Amino acid sequence: MRPLPVGEHGLLIELDSAEEVGALHAELLRRAADGTLPPVGEIVPAARTVFLDGLADPRGLIAELATWHVPPRPADDRPAVEIPVRYDGPDLADVAALWDTTPEEVVRRHSGTTFHVAFCGFAPGFGYLTGLPEPLHVPRRDTPRTKVPVGSVALAGPYTGVYPRSSPGGWQLIGTTDAVLWDPRREPAALLTPGTRVHFVPLETAR
Amino acid sequence: MTDRALAVVRAGALTTVQDLGRPGHAHLGVPRAGALDGPAHRLANRLVGNPETAATLETTLTGCAVRVRTATTVAVTGAPCPVTVDGRPAPWGAPVRVPAGAVLDAGTPVHGLRSHLAFAGGIATEQVLGSRAADLLSGLGPAPLTDGAVLPLGDPYGPPAAADAVPHPGPVTELCLPFLPGPRDAWFTGAGLRTLTTGRFRVSAASNRIGLRTEGPPLERARTGELPSEGMPLGALQVPPNGLPVLFLHDHPTTGGYPVVGVVPERFLAPAAQAVPGTPVRFVRLGRRPDRAAHSQ
Repeated sequence: MRPLPVGEHGLLIELDSAEEVGALHAELLRRAADGTLPPVGEIVPAARTVFLDGLADPRGLIAELATWHVPPRPADDRPAVEIPVRYDGPDLADVAALWDTTPEEVVRRHSGTTFHVAFCGFAPGFGYLTGLPEPLHVPRRDTPRTKVPVGSVALAGPYTGVYPRSSPGGWQLIGTTDAVLWDPRREPAALLTPGTRVHFVPLETAR
Repeated sequence: MTDRALAVVRAGALTTVQDLGRPGHAHLGVPRAGALDGPAHRLANRLVGNPETAATLETTLTGCAVRVRTATTVAVTGAPCPVTVDGRPAPWGAPVRVPAGAVLDAGTPVHGLRSHLAFAGGIATEQVLGSRAADLLSGLGPAPLTDGAVLPLGDPYGPPAAADAVPHPGPVTELCLPFLPGPRDAWFTGAGLRTLTTGRFRVSAASNRIGLRTEGPPLERARTGELPSEGMPLGALQVPPNGLPVLFLHDHPTTGGYPVVGVVPERFLAPAAQAVPGTPVRFVRLGRRPDRAAHSQ
């Protein structure tokens, strides 16, 4: 755990793995909930870091962090979010080729994986989901699409993501969902918040 | 029956509804948004009796004009500009009573870029995550104003607080940006860091509410490649592959993978909202507060 000061009121805590990020994020939320964390404006987990902003005394927290024992991320007893997917994406065949298998097997392995929302970014409600083992990580497309349809289920690097709205994007599109990823009238507005467990449930595709 | 609303007569180059933004949602990928010139937004509200949380209009470059449907107290702050009510000159930086049906026009600034227009009662568009601010990165909040658009106004809060002297911002002839180094200054060579503090930079015309871009000598990197995405603060000096620092403003993305060489504290950001393209930029390194031990040497 390596804390780096960010400006006057921020702290970027570097960690060695996504698992450590998940564990520290859970511990920070636990301490914030029971009132033992100093007041903080933002807690933003990412790939290998947790960023805290709005701290009155970041240096004080650096000293305190050194005394923390961070347990592994506790088992999530909330039900997993289920996202129904039509595995009909234009890049499904390309992903199958990269995985050296068939499109049917891509569907089976992807929908058989338990994902976790590692962090959000890119757009409100866009979650970076981890869970696929390293041999199944795929590169982005060489040429990003200017318009990826809302609800597209996509892969890039270690991550799966679902586009909460139509936007440009370079990820490999393997399917689509009608799930509402972002609704400002809902609490929380994002369906996929950091730490959430996710399953993708295949729908019959009418081909 | 009241009809508390205003109709947009001239939207200007880019006029948005802004308030103090929606901090606290970065972990969902939601930018904070909000007025780029916070002091101007707060002052405009104070002059018309609003709390600082009330929504104002933030103009860009060419001002804007609106017709109020009921008599309303209005104040224009930020970039100094000619103010008229139905064509008659009215004061900048002071409460102005605008009669029902009259057009308030805030013109092209004499200097600076963004003026703020506050209306007694505030702009009363719908809140999203506790804020009415237009976020131009993610599209949350009301769309930028268009000619003919109608915006609701809230009920006035009460008589304005007295203001004897209103600070008149001087022109930003040189944008001085004090910064604290890090968290990724080690990604740059010593020469690259010297370039940041000694190079001649200018505000790029490609700047917007997301970031103030610069033109100048590129910063030399000690490490190539990108970082895994990490959280990004307001005021970050992010350096993309072209080597030219981008100062992250209120609509900045919440995460990013280009190294942040330093961070400009929020209290120094308001002048960045008023620096027109071409303005010289100077980055000044702030020392970290020395420890006690360092003091006792």
